Amino acid sequence: MPETGIVWTDIWPPIRLTIELAAVTTVALLIIGTPIAWWLARSTTRWKEAVAAVVALPLVLPPTVLGFYLLVALGPDGPGGWIAGLWGERSLAFTFEGLVIGSVFYSMPFVVQPIRNAFEAFGDRPLEVAATLHATPWDAFWSVAVPLARPGFLTGAVLGFAHTVGEFGVVLMIGGNIPGETKVLSVAIYDFVETLQWTEAHLLAGGMLLFAFTVITAMMVLEKRIAKPGS
Amino acid sequence: MNDKEPVLDAAFKGTVGNFALDVAFEAPLAGVTALFGASGCGKTTILRCIAGLHRLPGRLAVGDQVWQDDGAGLFLPPYRRRVGYVFQEASLFPHLTVRSNLTFGAHRAGKLGGRPVATFDQVVDLLGIAHLLDRSPVALSGGERQRVAVGRALLSEPRLLLMDEPLSALDRQTKEEILSYFEALNKELAIPILYVSHDIGEVTRLADRLVVLSRGGKVAEGPLGAILERLDLRPVTGRFEAGVVLTARVAGQDAAFNLTRLDHFGQTIVIPQVDAAPGTPVRLRVRARDVALATKRPEGISIRNVLEGTVTEIREEEGTAFAELLIDIGGGRLRARLTRHSVAELSLSPGVPVYALIKSISFDRRSLA
Repeated sequence: MPETGIVWTDIWPPIRLTIELAAVTTVALLIIGTPIAWWLARSTTRWKEAVAAVVALPLVLPPTVLGFYLLVALGPDGPGGWIAGLWGERSLAFTFEGLVIGSVFYSMPFVVQPIRNAFEAFGDRPLEVAATLHATPWDAFWSVAVPLARPGFLTGAVLGFAHTVGEFGVVLMIGGNIPGETKVLSVAIYDFVETLQWTEAHLLAGGMLLFAFTVITAMMVLEKRIAKPGS
Repeated sequence: MNDKEPVLDAAFKGTVGNFALDVAFEAPLAGVTALFGASGCGKTTILRCIAGLHRLPGRLAVGDQVWQDDGAGLFLPPYRRRVGYVFQEASLFPHLTVRSNLTFGAHRAGKLGGRPVATFDQVVDLLGIAHLLDRSPVALSGGERQRVAVGRALLSEPRLLLMDEPLSALDRQTKEEILSYFEALNKELAIPILYVSHDIGEVTRLADRLVVLSRGGKVAEGPLGAILERLDLRPVTGRFEAGVVLTARVAGQDAAFNLTRLDHFGQTIVIPQVDAAPGTPVRLRVRARDVALATKRPEGISIRNVLEGTVTEIREEEGTAFAELLIDIGGGRLRARLTRHSVAELSLSPGVPVYALIKSISFDRRSLA
Protein backbone atom coordinates (compact mmCIF):
# COMPACT_ATOMS: atom_id res chain seq x y z
CA MET A 1 0.00 0.00 0.00
CA PRO A 2 1.51 3.39 -1.02
CA GLU A 3 2.44 5.50 1.97
CA THR A 4 0.95 8.82 0.85
CA GLY A 5 -2.17 7.92 -1.13
CA ILE A 6 -5.33 7.89 0.96
CA VAL A 7 -7.73 5.15 -0.03
CA TRP A 8 -11.10 6.92 0.09
CA THR A 9 -12.94 3.72 -0.55
CA ASP A 10 -11.60 2.54 2.79
CA ILE A 11 -12.67 5.69 4.62
CA TRP A 12 -16.07 6.56 3.22
CA PRO A 13 -18.06 3.33 3.88
CA PRO A 14 -17.49 3.36 7.67
CA ILE A 15 -18.55 7.03 7.81
CA ARG A 16 -21.73 6.34 5.86
CA LEU A 17 -22.49 3.25 7.89
CA THR A 18 -21.98 5.08 11.15
CA ILE A 19 -24.31 7.91 10.15
CA GLU A 20 -26.94 5.40 9.02
CA LEU A 21 -26.64 3.43 12.24
CA ALA A 22 -26.84 6.56 14.42
CA ALA A 23 -29.81 7.95 12.50
CA VAL A 24 -31.82 4.72 12.61
CA THR A 25 -30.95 4.22 16.27
CA THR A 26 -31.98 7.78 17.18
CA VAL A 27 -35.33 7.46 15.46
CA ALA A 28 -35.92 4.07 17.09
CA LEU A 29 -34.95 5.47 20.48
CA LEU A 30 -37.31 8.44 20.17
CA ILE A 31 -40.13 6.03 19.38
CA ILE A 32 -39.28 3.50 22.10
CA GLY A 33 -37.79 5.90 24.65
CA THR A 34 -40.59 8.47 24.76
CA PRO A 35 -43.24 6.17 26.25
CA ILE A 36 -40.66 4.82 28.70
CA ALA A 37 -39.67 8.35 29.71
CA TRP A 38 -43.34 9.30 30.05
CA TRP A 39 -44.05 6.31 32.24
CA LEU A 40 -40.98 6.97 34.39
CA ALA A 41 -42.00 10.61 34.81
CA ARG A 42 -45.68 10.00 35.56
CA SER A 43 -46.05 6.60 37.18
CA THR A 44 -46.30 6.30 40.93
CA THR A 45 -45.51 2.58 41.27
CA ARG A 46 -42.48 1.52 43.25
CA TRP A 47 -41.25 -0.53 40.30
CA LYS A 48 -40.45 2.64 38.50
CA GLU A 49 -36.97 3.11 39.96
CA ALA A 50 -36.08 -0.50 39.18
CA VAL A 51 -37.03 0.08 35.55
CA ALA A 52 -35.10 3.35 35.59
CA ALA A 53 -32.05 1.46 36.85
CA VAL A 54 -32.32 -1.09 34.05
CA VAL A 55 -32.52 1.72 31.50
CA ALA A 56 -29.48 3.39 33.07
CA LEU A 57 -27.37 0.21 33.28
CA PRO A 58 -25.33 0.89 30.12
CA LEU A 59 -23.98 4.01 31.85
CA VAL A 60 -22.03 1.87 34.32
CA LEU A 61 -21.71 -1.49 32.64
CA PRO A 62 -18.50 -2.15 30.65
CA PRO A 63 -19.56 -2.13 26.98
CA THR A 64 -18.05 -5.57 26.54
CA VAL A 65 -20.36 -7.00 29.21
CA LEU A 66 -23.39 -5.49 27.53
CA GLY A 67 -22.00 -6.66 24.20
CA PHE A 68 -21.53 -10.19 25.51
CA TYR A 69 -25.13 -10.53 26.68
CA LEU A 70 -26.40 -8.96 23.48
CA LEU A 71 -24.32 -11.41 21.50
CA VAL A 72 -25.95 -14.28 23.33
CA ALA A 73 -29.40 -12.77 22.89
CA LEU A 74 -28.95 -11.98 19.21
CA GLY A 75 -27.24 -15.26 18.38
CA PRO A 76 -28.85 -18.39 16.89
CA ASP A 77 -29.95 -19.68 20.31
CA GLY A 78 -31.35 -16.37 21.58
CA PRO A 79 -34.52 -14.43 20.77
CA GLY A 80 -32.55 -12.61 18.07
CA GLY A 81 -31.98 -15.92 16.30
CA TRP A 82 -35.70 -16.64 16.44
CA ILE A 83 -36.53 -13.21 14.99
CA ALA A 84 -33.89 -13.64 12.27
CA GLY A 85 -35.51 -16.98 11.46
CA LEU A 86 -38.60 -15.04 10.36
CA TRP A 87 -36.72 -13.98 7.21
CA GLY A 88 -34.62 -17.07 6.91
CA GLU A 89 -31.43 -15.99 8.66
CA ARG A 90 -29.70 -17.83 11.47
CA SER A 91 -28.77 -14.96 13.72
CA LEU A 92 -28.96 -11.19 14.25
CA ALA A 93 -25.38 -11.02 15.44
CA PHE A 94 -22.91 -9.59 12.94
CA THR A 95 -25.67 -7.82 11.01
CA PHE A 96 -26.67 -4.17 10.70
CA GLU A 97 -30.04 -4.93 12.36
CA GLY A 98 -28.17 -6.46 15.27
CA LEU A 99 -26.09 -3.31 15.58
CA VAL A 100 -29.23 -1.19 15.68
CA ILE A 101 -30.70 -3.35 18.46
CA GLY A 102 -27.44 -3.20 20.42
CA SER A 103 -27.18 0.57 19.94
CA VAL A 104 -30.73 1.08 21.10
CA PHE A 105 -29.89 -0.58 24.42
CA TYR A 106 -26.51 1.09 24.66
CA SER A 107 -27.75 4.65 23.99
CA MET A 108 -31.12 4.32 25.72
CA PRO A 109 -30.22 6.23 28.93
CA PHE A 110 -28.90 9.17 26.92
CA VAL A 111 -32.28 9.60 25.26
CA VAL A 112 -34.65 8.54 28.03
CA GLN A 113 -33.10 10.58 30.83
CA PRO A 114 -33.32 14.06 29.23
CA ILE A 115 -36.87 13.39 28.01
CA ARG A 116 -37.93 12.09 31.43
CA ASN A 117 -36.39 15.15 33.08
CA ALA A 118 -38.27 17.42 30.69
CA PHE A 119 -41.56 15.63 31.37
CA GLU A 120 -40.96 15.89 35.10
CA ALA A 121 -39.91 19.53 34.95
CA PHE A 122 -43.32 20.92 34.04
CA GLY A 123 -45.20 18.87 36.62
CA ASP A 124 -48.88 17.96 36.58
CA ARG A 125 -50.31 21.43 36.23
CA PRO A 126 -50.16 21.94 32.43
CA LEU A 127 -51.82 18.55 31.92
CA GLU A 128 -54.53 19.38 34.46
CA VAL A 129 -55.13 22.67 32.69
CA ALA A 130 -55.36 20.84 29.38
CA ALA A 131 -57.86 18.38 30.89
CA THR A 132 -60.10 21.17 32.18
CA LEU A 133 -59.92 22.64 28.66
CA HIS A 134 -61.38 19.38 27.31
CA ALA A 135 -58.19 17.86 25.94
CA THR A 136 -58.16 14.05 26.19
CA PRO A 137 -54.95 12.56 27.66
CA TRP A 138 -53.77 11.63 24.16
CA ASP A 139 -54.51 15.13 22.88
CA ALA A 140 -52.83 16.73 25.90
CA PHE A 141 -49.73 14.59 25.38
CA TRP A 142 -49.26 15.85 21.82
CA SER A 143 -50.49 19.42 22.18
CA VAL A 144 -49.00 20.23 25.59
CA ALA A 145 -46.51 17.68 26.95
CA VAL A 146 -44.44 17.16 23.80
CA PRO A 147 -44.08 20.88 22.95
CA LEU A 148 -43.20 21.69 26.56
CA ALA A 149 -40.61 18.90 26.62
CA ARG A 150 -39.06 19.99 23.32
CA PRO A 151 -35.67 20.87 24.86
CA GLY A 152 -35.53 17.38 26.37
CA PHE A 153 -36.29 15.77 23.01
CA LEU A 154 -33.60 17.85 21.34
CA THR A 155 -30.99 17.00 23.95
CA GLY A 156 -32.03 13.35 23.90
CA ALA A 157 -31.85 13.09 20.12
CA VAL A 158 -28.46 14.81 19.91
CA LEU A 159 -26.95 12.78 22.73
CA GLY A 160 -28.42 9.53 21.42
CA PHE A 161 -27.02 10.19 17.94
CA ALA A 162 -23.60 11.27 19.17
CA HIS A 163 -23.29 8.45 21.64
CA THR A 164 -24.15 5.87 18.98
CA VAL A 165 -21.52 7.37 16.69
CA GLY A 166 -18.91 6.86 19.39
CA GLU A 167 -19.83 3.24 20.13
CA PHE A 168 -16.95 0.74 20.08
CA GLY A 169 -17.02 -2.07 22.59
CA VAL A 170 -20.55 -3.22 21.98
CA VAL A 171 -20.10 -3.06 18.20
CA LEU A 172 -16.96 -5.10 18.35
CA MET A 173 -18.70 -7.77 20.41
CA ILE A 174 -21.90 -8.10 18.39
CA GLY A 175 -20.98 -6.70 15.01
CA GLY A 176 -17.42 -7.65 14.41
CA ASN A 177 -15.73 -5.99 11.53
CA ILE A 178 -17.61 -6.62 8.31
CA PRO A 179 -16.96 -3.77 5.84
CA GLY A 180 -20.15 -2.05 4.72
CA GLU A 181 -22.25 -4.09 7.14
CA THR A 182 -20.88 -3.63 10.65
CA LYS A 183 -17.58 -1.82 10.30
CA VAL A 184 -18.36 1.54 11.84
CA LEU A 185 -16.08 4.53 12.36
CA SER A 186 -14.62 3.67 15.72
CA VAL A 187 -13.81 0.15 14.60
CA ALA A 188 -12.30 1.48 11.39
CA ILE A 189 -9.99 3.78 13.34
CA TYR A 190 -8.89 0.86 15.45
CA ASP A 191 -8.20 -1.12 12.27
CA PHE A 192 -6.25 1.68 10.65
CA VAL A 193 -4.04 1.96 13.72
CA GLU A 194 -3.53 -1.79 13.83
CA THR A 195 -2.39 -1.74 10.20
CA LEU A 196 -0.31 1.40 10.74
CA GLN A 197 -2.44 3.53 8.37
CA TRP A 198 -1.88 6.64 10.49
CA THR A 199 -3.07 9.15 7.91
CA GLU A 200 -6.48 7.49 7.64
CA ALA A 201 -6.65 7.12 11.40
CA HIS A 202 -5.82 10.81 11.83
CA LEU A 203 -8.44 11.80 9.31
CA LEU A 204 -11.21 9.86 10.98
CA ALA A 205 -10.16 10.70 14.53
CA GLY A 206 -9.85 14.39 13.68
CA GLY A 207 -13.23 14.30 12.01
CA MET A 208 -14.77 12.73 15.11
CA LEU A 209 -13.18 15.36 17.32
CA LEU A 210 -14.64 18.11 15.17
CA PHE A 211 -18.02 16.35 15.16
CA ALA A 212 -18.08 16.00 18.95
CA PHE A 213 -17.10 19.63 19.44
CA THR A 214 -19.77 20.81 16.99
CA VAL A 215 -22.46 18.71 18.60
CA ILE A 216 -21.73 19.93 22.11
CA THR A 217 -21.49 23.57 21.06
CA ALA A 218 -24.70 23.38 19.05
CA MET A 219 -26.48 21.80 21.97
CA MET A 220 -25.33 24.45 24.43
CA VAL A 221 -26.38 27.22 22.09
CA LEU A 222 -29.76 25.57 21.53
CA GLU A 223 -30.36 25.08 25.22
CA LYS A 224 -29.53 28.68 25.93
CA ARG A 225 -31.89 29.89 23.22
CA ILE A 226 -34.72 27.69 24.48
CA ALA A 227 -34.18 28.77 28.07
CA LYS A 228 -34.39 32.44 27.11
CA PRO A 229 -37.93 33.65 27.85
CA GLY A 230 -40.07 35.06 25.10
CA SER A 231 -38.17 33.54 22.19
CA MET B 1 -83.92 27.08 47.35
CA ASN B 2 -86.45 26.74 44.55
CA ASP B 3 -86.75 23.20 43.22
CA LYS B 4 -86.80 24.28 39.59
CA GLU B 5 -83.65 26.33 39.91
CA PRO B 6 -80.64 24.30 38.68
CA VAL B 7 -78.07 23.64 41.37
CA LEU B 8 -74.67 22.17 41.88
CA ASP B 9 -75.11 19.32 44.31
CA ALA B 10 -71.85 18.01 45.73
CA ALA B 11 -70.98 15.51 48.43
CA PHE B 12 -67.48 14.15 48.99
CA LYS B 13 -66.08 12.05 51.76
CA GLY B 14 -62.59 10.65 51.90
CA THR B 15 -59.02 11.22 52.91
CA VAL B 16 -56.27 13.09 51.12
CA GLY B 17 -52.95 12.19 52.69
CA ASN B 18 -53.62 12.38 56.41
CA PHE B 19 -56.47 14.82 56.03
CA ALA B 20 -60.11 13.78 56.19
CA LEU B 21 -62.71 15.56 54.11
CA ASP B 22 -66.42 15.12 54.61
CA VAL B 23 -68.56 17.78 53.04
CA ALA B 24 -71.89 18.15 51.28
CA PHE B 25 -73.32 21.37 49.91
CA GLU B 26 -75.54 22.88 47.29
CA ALA B 27 -74.85 25.97 45.24
CA PRO B 28 -77.24 27.66 42.83
CA LEU B 29 -76.03 27.66 39.23
CA ALA B 30 -76.18 31.43 39.24
CA GLY B 31 -74.14 34.16 40.83
CA VAL B 32 -71.02 33.69 42.91
CA THR B 33 -70.77 31.07 45.64
CA ALA B 34 -67.64 31.27 47.76
CA LEU B 35 -66.03 28.33 49.47
CA PHE B 36 -64.49 30.11 52.39
CA GLY B 37 -62.14 28.90 55.08
CA ALA B 38 -58.59 28.98 56.39
CA SER B 39 -55.74 27.40 54.43
CA GLY B 40 -55.84 23.63 54.70
CA CYS B 41 -59.59 23.35 55.30
CA GLY B 42 -60.08 21.38 52.09
CA LYS B 43 -61.57 23.99 49.80
CA THR B 44 -59.11 23.44 46.97
CA THR B 45 -59.61 19.67 47.21
CA ILE B 46 -63.36 20.17 46.81
CA LEU B 47 -62.81 22.29 43.71
CA ARG B 48 -60.45 19.67 42.28
CA CYS B 49 -63.05 16.97 42.92
CA ILE B 50 -65.67 19.01 41.11
CA ALA B 51 -63.36 19.40 38.12
CA GLY B 52 -62.54 15.69 38.22
CA LEU B 53 -58.84 16.33 38.75
CA HIS B 54 -59.02 14.50 42.05
CA ARG B 55 -61.23 11.58 42.91
CA LEU B 56 -62.82 11.16 46.32
CA PRO B 57 -65.77 8.91 47.05
CA GLY B 58 -68.95 10.90 46.62
CA ARG B 59 -71.60 12.26 44.33
CA LEU B 60 -71.72 15.28 42.10
CA ALA B 61 -74.50 16.64 39.97
CA VAL B 62 -74.48 19.86 38.01
CA GLY B 63 -78.00 20.81 37.04
CA ASP B 64 -79.54 17.70 35.50
CA GLN B 65 -76.16 16.14 34.65
CA VAL B 66 -74.54 13.69 37.02
CA TRP B 67 -70.75 13.89 36.87
CA GLN B 68 -69.94 11.46 39.61
CA ASP B 69 -72.05 8.77 41.21
CA ASP B 70 -70.07 6.05 42.93
CA GLY B 71 -73.20 3.96 43.42
CA ALA B 72 -73.67 3.76 39.66
CA GLY B 73 -69.92 3.55 39.01
CA LEU B 74 -70.03 6.84 37.17
CA PHE B 75 -67.07 9.18 37.05
CA LEU B 76 -66.87 11.60 34.18
CA PRO B 77 -63.22 12.28 33.25
CA PRO B 78 -62.18 15.93 33.66
CA TYR B 79 -61.94 16.58 29.93
CA ARG B 80 -65.61 15.73 29.52
CA ARG B 81 -66.80 18.04 32.31
CA ARG B 82 -67.91 21.46 31.24
CA VAL B 83 -66.02 23.46 33.84
CA GLY B 84 -63.68 26.36 33.46
CA TYR B 85 -60.90 26.13 36.03
CA VAL B 86 -58.81 29.11 37.05
CA PHE B 87 -55.80 28.01 39.07
CA GLN B 88 -53.86 30.00 41.66
CA GLU B 89 -51.08 30.57 39.19
CA ALA B 90 -52.27 31.43 35.70
CA SER B 91 -50.60 28.31 34.23
CA LEU B 92 -50.79 29.56 30.65
CA PHE B 93 -49.18 27.35 28.03
CA PRO B 94 -45.81 29.01 27.39
CA HIS B 95 -45.45 27.44 23.93
CA LEU B 96 -48.60 29.10 22.63
CA THR B 97 -49.50 32.73 22.03
CA VAL B 98 -52.13 34.41 24.16
CA ARG B 99 -54.62 33.94 21.34
CA SER B 100 -53.93 30.21 21.04
CA ASN B 101 -54.17 29.88 24.81
CA LEU B 102 -57.57 31.52 24.70
CA THR B 103 -58.88 29.27 21.94
CA PHE B 104 -57.36 26.03 23.28
CA GLY B 105 -60.49 25.02 25.16
CA ALA B 106 -62.90 26.60 22.70
CA HIS B 107 -61.58 24.38 19.86
CA ARG B 108 -62.11 21.25 21.91
CA ALA B 109 -65.44 22.13 23.53
CA GLY B 110 -67.52 21.48 20.42
CA LYS B 111 -68.06 17.77 20.96
CA LEU B 112 -69.42 18.33 24.47
CA GLY B 113 -72.53 19.95 23.08
CA GLY B 114 -72.34 23.04 25.21
CA ARG B 115 -73.08 26.64 24.43
CA PRO B 116 -70.51 29.42 24.42
CA VAL B 117 -70.78 31.66 27.46
CA ALA B 118 -69.59 34.62 25.44
CA THR B 119 -67.96 35.31 22.11
CA PHE B 120 -64.20 35.62 21.73
CA ASP B 121 -64.47 39.37 21.19
CA GLN B 122 -66.74 39.80 24.19
CA VAL B 123 -64.34 38.00 26.51
CA VAL B 124 -61.29 39.78 25.16
CA ASP B 125 -63.06 43.08 25.54
CA LEU B 126 -64.40 42.38 29.02
CA LEU B 127 -60.97 41.39 30.33
CA GLY B 128 -59.09 44.13 28.49
CA ILE B 129 -56.63 41.77 26.81
CA ALA B 130 -57.06 42.74 23.15
CA HIS B 131 -53.58 44.25 22.98
CA LEU B 132 -51.96 41.04 24.29
CA LEU B 133 -53.36 38.54 21.77
CA ASP B 134 -50.24 38.00 19.68
CA ARG B 135 -47.80 38.01 22.56
CA SER B 136 -46.22 35.09 24.34
CA PRO B 137 -47.59 34.52 27.86
CA VAL B 138 -44.00 34.57 29.13
CA ALA B 139 -43.87 38.32 28.48
CA LEU B 140 -47.01 39.20 30.46
CA SER B 141 -47.34 40.63 33.96
CA GLY B 142 -48.94 38.57 36.71
CA GLY B 143 -52.25 40.39 36.45
CA GLU B 144 -52.36 40.12 32.66
CA ARG B 145 -51.63 36.41 32.84
CA GLN B 146 -54.43 35.80 35.29
CA ARG B 147 -56.86 37.74 33.09
CA VAL B 148 -55.89 35.60 30.09
CA ALA B 149 -56.34 32.47 32.24
CA VAL B 150 -59.85 33.60 33.16
CA GLY B 151 -60.61 34.31 29.52
CA ARG B 152 -59.31 30.89 28.50
CA ALA B 153 -61.55 29.20 31.05
CA LEU B 154 -64.56 31.28 29.98
CA LEU B 155 -64.08 30.41 26.31
CA SER B 156 -64.08 26.65 26.95
CA GLU B 157 -67.90 26.78 27.04
CA PRO B 158 -68.17 25.99 30.75
CA ARG B 159 -71.38 25.40 32.63
CA LEU B 160 -69.59 26.51 35.75
CA LEU B 161 -66.47 28.52 36.47
CA LEU B 162 -64.22 27.26 39.26
CA MET B 163 -61.75 29.74 40.69
CA ASP B 164 -59.11 28.57 43.13
CA GLU B 165 -57.75 31.61 44.97
CA PRO B 166 -57.05 33.28 41.64
CA LEU B 167 -55.70 36.40 43.32
CA SER B 168 -53.42 34.90 45.92
CA ALA B 169 -50.29 35.05 43.78
CA LEU B 170 -50.79 38.74 42.98
CA ASP B 171 -49.74 41.91 44.76
CA ARG B 172 -52.33 44.11 46.40
CA GLN B 173 -52.72 46.64 43.63
CA THR B 174 -53.07 43.99 40.94
CA LYS B 175 -55.61 42.17 43.10
CA GLU B 176 -57.70 45.31 43.24
CA GLU B 177 -57.54 45.67 39.47
CA ILE B 178 -58.49 42.05 38.81
CA LEU B 179 -61.33 42.19 41.31
CA SER B 180 -62.99 44.90 39.28
CA TYR B 181 -62.68 42.72 36.16
CA PHE B 182 -64.31 39.87 38.09
CA GLU B 183 -67.14 42.15 39.12
CA ALA B 184 -67.68 43.21 35.53
CA LEU B 185 -67.66 39.58 34.43
CA ASN B 186 -70.17 38.68 37.09
CA LYS B 187 -72.43 41.47 35.93
CA GLU B 188 -72.13 40.90 32.17
CA LEU B 189 -72.10 37.14 31.80
CA ALA B 190 -74.56 34.56 33.05
CA ILE B 191 -71.94 32.14 34.29
CA PRO B 192 -72.11 30.70 37.80
CA ILE B 193 -68.85 30.92 39.72
CA LEU B 194 -67.56 28.80 42.54
CA TYR B 195 -64.89 30.90 44.18
CA VAL B 196 -62.39 29.52 46.68
CA SER B 197 -60.73 31.99 49.00
CA HIS B 198 -59.45 32.49 52.53
CA ASP B 199 -59.66 36.27 52.18
CA ILE B 200 -62.90 37.58 53.68
CA GLY B 201 -62.38 40.87 51.83
CA GLU B 202 -62.46 39.19 48.41
CA VAL B 203 -65.37 37.03 49.43
CA THR B 204 -67.56 39.86 50.67
CA ARG B 205 -66.87 41.79 47.55
CA LEU B 206 -67.75 39.07 45.08
CA ALA B 207 -69.89 36.39 46.67
CA ASP B 208 -73.65 36.17 46.92
CA ARG B 209 -73.53 32.97 48.86
CA LEU B 210 -71.06 31.43 51.24
CA VAL B 211 -70.09 27.89 52.17
CA VAL B 212 -67.92 28.13 55.28
CA LEU B 213 -65.45 25.28 55.74
CA SER B 214 -63.22 24.27 58.57
CA ARG B 215 -60.90 21.25 58.84
CA GLY B 216 -62.44 19.30 56.03
CA GLY B 217 -66.06 19.89 57.03
CA LYS B 218 -68.83 22.37 56.32
CA VAL B 219 -69.57 24.77 59.16
CA ALA B 220 -72.29 26.86 57.58
CA GLU B 221 -73.82 27.73 54.24
CA GLY B 222 -76.19 30.48 53.19
CA PRO B 223 -76.49 33.96 51.75
CA LEU B 224 -73.44 36.16 52.37
CA GLY B 225 -75.16 38.64 54.66
CA ALA B 226 -76.78 36.02 56.88
CA ILE B 227 -73.51 34.13 57.32
CA LEU B 228 -71.52 37.23 58.18
CA GLU B 229 -74.04 38.21 60.84
CA ARG B 230 -73.63 34.94 62.67
CA LEU B 231 -71.61 35.57 65.79
CA ASP B 232 -71.01 31.87 66.43
CA LEU B 233 -68.89 31.60 63.26
CA ARG B 234 -66.33 34.06 64.53
CA PRO B 235 -63.60 31.45 65.07
CA VAL B 236 -63.87 30.58 61.38
CA THR B 237 -64.57 33.94 59.79
CA GLY B 238 -61.66 35.47 61.66
CA ARG B 239 -61.10 37.51 64.78
CA PHE B 240 -59.94 40.73 63.19
CA GLU B 241 -61.74 40.57 59.91
CA ALA B 242 -65.17 39.60 61.19
CA GLY B 243 -67.89 41.98 60.05
CA VAL B 244 -71.02 42.37 58.00
CA VAL B 245 -71.95 43.61 54.56
CA LEU B 246 -74.48 46.39 54.11
CA THR B 247 -75.94 47.43 50.80
CA ALA B 248 -76.63 51.16 50.64
CA ARG B 249 -77.48 53.51 47.77
CA VAL B 250 -75.57 56.59 46.73
CA ALA B 251 -77.52 59.66 47.92
CA GLY B 252 -75.14 62.43 46.99
CA GLN B 253 -71.58 63.69 46.78
CA ASP B 254 -69.79 66.19 48.99
CA ALA B 255 -67.14 67.34 46.55
CA ALA B 256 -65.53 69.87 48.88
CA PHE B 257 -64.58 67.21 51.40
CA ASN B 258 -64.31 64.29 48.96
CA LEU B 259 -67.05 62.35 50.66
CA THR B 260 -69.99 60.35 49.36
CA ARG B 261 -73.30 60.17 51.24
CA LEU B 262 -75.14 56.88 51.15
CA ASP B 263 -78.67 56.09 52.16
CA HIS B 264 -79.25 52.91 54.14
CA PHE B 265 -82.95 52.47 54.84
CA GLY B 266 -83.37 56.12 55.80
CA GLN B 267 -80.12 56.46 57.73
CA THR B 268 -77.11 58.25 56.27
CA ILE B 269 -73.66 56.70 55.96
CA VAL B 270 -70.74 58.87 54.88
CA ILE B 271 -67.76 57.26 53.21
CA PRO B 272 -64.66 58.46 51.32
CA GLN B 273 -65.67 59.48 47.83
CA VAL B 274 -66.69 56.84 45.30
CA ASP B 275 -67.46 57.68 41.70
CA ALA B 276 -71.03 56.56 41.30
CA ALA B 277 -74.31 58.12 40.24
CA PRO B 278 -77.07 58.71 42.79
CA GLY B 279 -79.10 55.53 43.29
CA THR B 280 -76.18 53.17 42.57
CA PRO B 281 -76.07 50.35 45.11
CA VAL B 282 -72.80 50.14 47.02
CA ARG B 283 -71.69 47.11 48.99
CA LEU B 284 -70.06 48.13 52.23
CA ARG B 285 -68.08 45.95 54.48
CA VAL B 286 -68.18 46.99 58.12
CA ARG B 287 -65.80 45.19 60.43
CA ALA B 288 -66.97 44.46 63.97
CA ARG B 289 -63.87 46.07 65.42
CA ASP B 290 -64.64 49.37 63.64
CA VAL B 291 -68.03 49.73 65.31
CA ALA B 292 -68.45 51.47 68.70
CA LEU B 293 -71.72 51.80 70.63
CA ALA B 294 -73.28 54.60 72.68
CA THR B 295 -76.54 54.60 74.62
CA LYS B 296 -77.08 58.35 74.00
CA ARG B 297 -76.51 60.25 70.75
CA PRO B 298 -72.98 61.57 71.18
CA GLU B 299 -72.11 65.21 70.52
CA GLY B 300 -68.83 66.92 69.80
CA ILE B 301 -67.42 63.83 68.20
CA SER B 302 -65.39 63.36 65.01
CA ILE B 303 -67.18 60.21 63.96
CA ARG B 304 -69.42 60.94 60.93
CA ASN B 305 -71.62 57.90 61.05
CA VAL B 306 -74.08 57.55 63.89
CA LEU B 307 -76.72 54.92 63.18
CA GLU B 308 -79.70 54.24 65.39
CA GLY B 309 -80.34 50.63 66.23
CA THR B 310 -81.24 47.98 68.76
CA VAL B 311 -79.09 45.28 70.32
CA THR B 312 -80.39 41.87 69.23
CA GLU B 313 -77.73 39.46 70.39
CA ILE B 314 -74.70 39.47 72.67
CA ARG B 315 -72.00 36.84 72.78
CA GLU B 316 -69.44 37.21 75.53
CA GLU B 317 -66.16 35.43 74.97
CA GLU B 318 -65.37 33.68 78.21
CA GLY B 319 -61.83 34.07 79.43
CA THR B 320 -61.16 37.10 77.23
CA ALA B 321 -61.85 40.81 77.54
CA PHE B 322 -64.21 40.80 74.55
CA ALA B 323 -67.81 40.47 73.54
CA GLU B 324 -69.51 40.59 70.15
CA LEU B 325 -72.90 42.17 69.63
CA LEU B 326 -75.39 42.18 66.80
CA ILE B 327 -77.22 45.47 66.25
CA ASP B 328 -80.37 45.81 64.14
CA ILE B 329 -80.16 49.13 62.30
CA GLY B 330 -83.38 48.74 60.33
CA GLY B 331 -83.02 46.82 57.06
CA GLY B 332 -79.59 45.57 58.01
CA ARG B 333 -77.47 44.51 60.90
CA LEU B 334 -74.09 45.47 62.26
CA ARG B 335 -71.63 43.52 64.28
CA ALA B 336 -69.76 45.32 67.05
CA ARG B 337 -66.78 44.09 68.97
CA LEU B 338 -66.54 45.65 72.45
CA THR B 339 -64.94 44.82 75.76
CA ARG B 340 -67.08 42.90 78.21
CA HIS B 341 -66.46 45.76 80.56
CA SER B 342 -68.24 48.19 78.21
CA VAL B 343 -71.16 45.80 77.84
CA ALA B 344 -71.55 45.69 81.63
CA GLU B 345 -71.04 49.41 82.18
CA LEU B 346 -73.59 50.45 79.52
CA SER B 347 -75.97 47.70 80.72
CA LEU B 348 -76.31 46.41 77.18
CA SER B 349 -78.67 43.54 76.61
CA PRO B 350 -80.96 42.42 73.79
CA GLY B 351 -83.65 45.07 73.18
CA VAL B 352 -81.61 48.03 74.37
CA PRO B 353 -81.62 50.93 71.87
CA VAL B 354 -78.11 52.08 70.92
CA TYR B 355 -76.25 54.39 68.56
CA ALA B 356 -73.67 52.61 66.44
CA LEU B 357 -70.63 54.72 65.62
CA ILE B 358 -68.50 54.00 62.57
CA LYS B 359 -65.56 56.13 61.50
CA SER B 360 -65.83 57.07 57.83
CA ILE B 361 -62.20 56.17 57.24
CA SER B 362 -62.80 52.60 58.30
CA PHE B 363 -64.40 52.10 54.89
CA ASP B 364 -61.17 51.65 53.01
CA ARG B 365 -61.22 50.98 49.28
CA ARG B 366 -60.98 47.29 50.01
CA SER B 367 -64.25 47.29 51.86
CA LEU B 368 -66.16 48.95 49.04
CA ALA B 369 -67.77 47.05 46.28
